Order: sequence, then structure tokens, then C-alpha cells
Amino acid sequence: MKYAFYPGCVARGACPELYSATLEVCEILGIELDEQALEGAACTGAGVLQEKNLLLADTLNARTFALAEKSGLPLMTICSTCQGVMSQANQRLTEDPEYLAKVNETLADEGLEYKGTIDPKHLLWIIAEDLGIDFLESKIVRKLEGFKFAPFYGCYIVRPSKALKLDENPNRKQALEQVIETVGAEVVEFPGSTLCCGFPILTINPKNSQTMVANHTIDAKDRGADAMVTPCPLCHLNLDGYQPNAAALAKRDIDLPIIHLPQLVGLALGIAPEKMRLNKHLVSTKKLLSELAVAP
Amino acid sequence: MEVNFKVQRFDPESTDLVSHYQNYQVEMTESSTVLDGLIKIREEDDGTLSLRCSCRAAICGSCAMRINGEAGLACNTKIVDVIPSDGSPITIEPAGNLPVIKDLIVDFQPFWSKFKAVEPWLQPGEIEPEGEYLAPEEDMIHLAGVVSCILCGACVSDCTVLEVDDNFLGPAALAKAYRFSRDPRDESDNQRLAQLNQPGGVWDCTRCMKCVEVCPKGVDPMDRIMLLREKVMDAGHNNTSGARHANAFAKFLKNSGWLDELRLPVLSFGIFNIKAMIGLIPLGIRSQLAGKRPPIFHHKLSSAKEIKKIFEKVESKK
Ligand code: SF4
Ligand code: SF4
Ligand code: FES
Repeated sequence: MKYAFYPGCVARGACPELYSATLEVCEILGIELDEQALEGAACTGAGVLQEKNLLLADTLNARTFALAEKSGLPLMTICSTCQGVMSQANQRLTEDPEYLAKVNETLADEGLEYKGTIDPKHLLWIIAEDLGIDFLESKIVRKLEGFKFAPFYGCYIVRPSKALKLDENPNRKQALEQVIETVGAEVVEFPGSTLCCGFPILTINPKNSQTMVANHTIDAKDRGADAMVTPCPLCHLNLDGYQPNAAALAKRDIDLPIIHLPQLVGLALGIAPEKMRLNKHLVSTKKLLSELAVAP
Repeated sequence: MEVNFKVQRFDPESTDLVSHYQNYQVEMTESSTVLDGLIKIREEDDGTLSLRCSCRAAICGSCAMRINGEAGLACNTKIVDVIPSDGSPITIEPAGNLPVIKDLIVDFQPFWSKFKAVEPWLQPGEIEPEGEYLAPEEDMIHLAGVVSCILCGACVSDCTVLEVDDNFLGPAALAKAYRFSRDPRDESDNQRLAQLNQPGGVWDCTRCMKCVEVCPKGVDPMDRIMLLREKVMDAGHNNTSGARHANAFAKFLKNSGWLDELRLPVLSFGIFNIKAMIGLIPLGIRSQLAGKRPPIFHHKLSSAKEIKKIFEKVESKK
């Protein structure tokens, strides 16, 4: 299966480990990635550009979709936020032909046109829907038995349900849990798994943002999680990068590694942790990795 | 059909003052709503169960509560749509983020005081119109969605920011502020926008979309908040870290096509906000020390020029 790969800004900048892990995992799963098709595609706007100018943000996303159409490939993302922002933009563009025509007028300057045929898909959904959980299971060489992982989705891959077509694909609401179980680990249920990580208000209201980090990581930790798994690099940035601040705010240790979805899958596929830069996290994964190394 | 409910109970007159769950089993039909079930429990099984309801038709807004963990109106939620497939009971809890008075009844006082704080009434200018003040249809039609708010509090119940901070005005009040701020007959926009620009106002929303998802009336509070942010910035209030963030974000994107999440916060706090920067610097440094990423320079995308052109073209239309 081949996809036009849209890595998003974070995997290209602040979370290079997500990029490496994705390439490794896709190779083993037989997901072929065209890294050139969307090389020049802009940032989705991440919901922020939308605050300033919705039409502008929709135009940039339409341009990305038009580039994907040109490549003839389906579009793959690895970021919950990109997924949500693209799905919402796509909904506005495909629901209203007049709006699409207006956007296409701008794209025409560059000789592009969006016809409305793209259905952006996160790697998580590709694993659960396009490849199938059984296929994933067949590729696993190392069951992560005895480990407990807390799923953390990121708002944009669970809401709004209409743009994300959750009613048509009810599996999407449980996909992360399914992957955790398929790799042989146990799911830690906790109240925050579909709530906000606090990233969008990181600079606006650091205290609220860090309280969210503290609440989620402490809830998961106290329920026995060895790590938290997320398909969203922005959630990762906040939950990992600001966990020390959150721990200080909560006046207690937390020490909960936050790993990216492909890193979790990669461990079960037998990929060396360093190849997925698991040794480069801010909250150390050392303990987790050494336990994995000695686990039967 | 036999239905199992697990209802959160709280009795303010009990000695331990903690809530607990109680299970009920009732016989219902395919067309029954959650509210039908709760009323049946109260009438036939346990007269001490307290809940609010009136219209039973999603009009009065009094029956908002959490159904399987998510806020909604009990009267327009059909039982068959919320019975868990694994055979577990339907969980019913009072609305969140408001103090519980008894069982499913919450105190709406904090809801109303925030509502009042945004002055949800028309404030015309000095010069009064001679006759009736007619608002053109095209100025009002887009407010149809937001005026359909029935003040049920579902959005407030599930707002992720209210969960950590009582100070936030919250989705219902902000959606109402938008409604008046966009009304052509209202002339107090300057004060309104200045107030909404304060801490606890439009910038504190974390864009989690919970309010959009749970609102039974399609008010889309978050989208209104985003439109208010745009208005606040257009009115020249650009000196909050929220506005700086949005402006820096757009600038980054306009010039290079993408952005770098580790560089952006510096611009959002404002170069001179030393205190915030000191709190922030550790992430940059820690990040680099952990070897999480090499200290690269921000490069442009290959089609940065085309992207900039789109910016210029669309921005000029605004
Ligand atoms: S989008 Fe904003 S207002 Fe709505 S629930 Fe989330 S934080 Fe609250
Ligand atoms: S915005 Fe929607 S959820 Fe919030 S109070 Fe109004 S009707 Fe209820
Ligand atoms: S009883 Fe009136 S809205 Fe539910």
C-alpha cells in the first residue's frame, strides 16, 4: 500500500523521533511512503491560523489535498492535530461547492485544483482499517506482555465526531486500545484519555496547561501505567516536555514516559529502540526499555 | 426491554457527604429516553432520586447530565443509543464543573454569574433610533445557530478548562458574548472585546471541541470563541500571549510554509517577558541536551514562495 506522506511540522521539527519511528515501522508493515509528493505542502494551521483567517487556512489545506490528488495517492498523517484540522477543512470544502470554487480560484494561480476526493488518514486508522489489526498481529515478533500502557488520543482525532466520520467508523474510537492489546500489552483506562493535553494554552495559561498534564499523567501512573501512548506529537510535546513542570506543580514525582504510537508498534515489531530515538525523550524511557530488554 | 442504570447519588444530609453509585433495573421500550427511565425509577422504585426536568422535549434545558461520561440532555437521548454493548449499565452522573446539590441536581449559580458577566443584553449607542430598530436579515441570519442556545449547561459540564480553572468564562457565556458582539444593534463592542481579551476570556479556551461535541443545539461555542479571537485581534488587542501566538504562528507560516513548535513559544510570550521565558527555557535546553533534536536552523519549504502568495492573496480579500 502506498501513501502520500504528510508528516506535519512537529515530526519535522520538535519531534524527529516520531519521523524516524514512522519510517521504520512503515517499512516492516509494507506501507510505502511517498515523501516527495507533499514535501512542499504547508502546515495545516493547527487550529491557530484558523483563529486569524479561516479561509486562508482552508486554502492552504486544499492546496495540500490538491497536491495529494496530483500524486494519485491517499494521504497519510501521523499527527492527531493534523488529522482533525484536515478533516474539518475537508468537510467545509466538500460540503459546499461554491466555497470550494472560491478556494480553487486562488489555487489556480499555481495551476492546482482540488477536486474533493481526498480522505486524509492517520497512521493509527491506516493500521486499524487499511491493514487490519490481524495483519498487525501477524507481523509482531515480540509481544509486550506484562506491560501496561495508557492511551492518550489528542482532541483532534476524537472530536468533532462528524468531520472525523466516527459514526461511520465506530472502530476509530477504540483503535488505540486495539493496538495496545494487539502488541500484547494491557490497556490502562483513565478518565483523561480523550481529553485535552493542554498544549494549545501552553503559553497563554501555563498553569492550566500544566495542571492538565499533571492530572492525566498522574491518573495514568497511579493506575499502574508503564508509559502513555499517543498518536499526537503535540500532546507528546506537552505531556513529555512539561511533565517536570507539572510534577513540580503537583509536588510529586510522575516519571511517566510518553511514547509515540509508531514507537509502541515498533517495539513489538522488533525494531531497536535507538533506531526510533526512544533514548532521546525528555522523560527518560530507560527504565521501561531495560524492563523490556529483560522481559521474557 | 430490561435496562440497567447506574446512577450517581449524593445526599447533602448524609453524614459522610460522599457520593456513591446505585443500580436500578427498569422495564422500558425501544423508544424510551434516558429521562423516561429516570422518571420511571423515581416514580416506581425510589422516590428519593432527585433530578430536574420540565419540557421533556429538548426545549427548556433543565435535564443536562452526564450519560456514560458525556454531557447531554436526558430527554433527547434514546436509551437504545447509549446501552453499552458489553452489557454494563448506563452510567448517569450529574453535570460536571458545577457543584452538586443533590443526586443529579447541580447548582447553576456559577453558570449564571458568568453569563451575567458578559452582559447578555443589547447595549445601543447614545443616539436612539426613532422607531423600531430594524436589523438587516443578512446581519442576523448567521446568528440563528447561536441564539438557539437553551442554557442547558452541557458545554460547561464537559469543558476541559473549567475542569482545572473556575475563572474561565466558559463556552456558554462566551457564545452568548459573541451573539451580542455580532448584533448590528449593539454598540458596546469596544468594551465587550476589551473585557473578553482579559484573563479568563477568549484566550483561555484550549480548543478541545468538547463543547462543540456535546451541545445538543449545534451552537458550536468553540467556533464562536475562535471568531471572537479574530474580532479581538482585528480590534487591535494584540498584546496578549494568545494574540502574539496567533500572529507569530501566521508570520512563521507565511514566510516559510511551516513552523517550529520549539521556537514559537518565545515569540508568544513576548521577547521581554523574562519571567515566562525563564520558565520556558528549560524545555529548549532539556530538549537539546537529551539530543531530542539537533540545533538546526528553521529552513523554508521548497514551495514557500507559493504559500506566501496564497497568504497575500487571501489576506488582501479580508
Ligand atoms: S473548546 Fe474551549 S470552551 Fe469548548 S469545551 Fe474546550 S476549552 Fe471549553
Ligand atoms: S451552548 Fe449548547 S450546550 Fe451550551 S448551554 Fe447552550 S445549548 Fe447547552
Ligand atoms: S426536560 Fe427540557 S430539555 Fe430535557
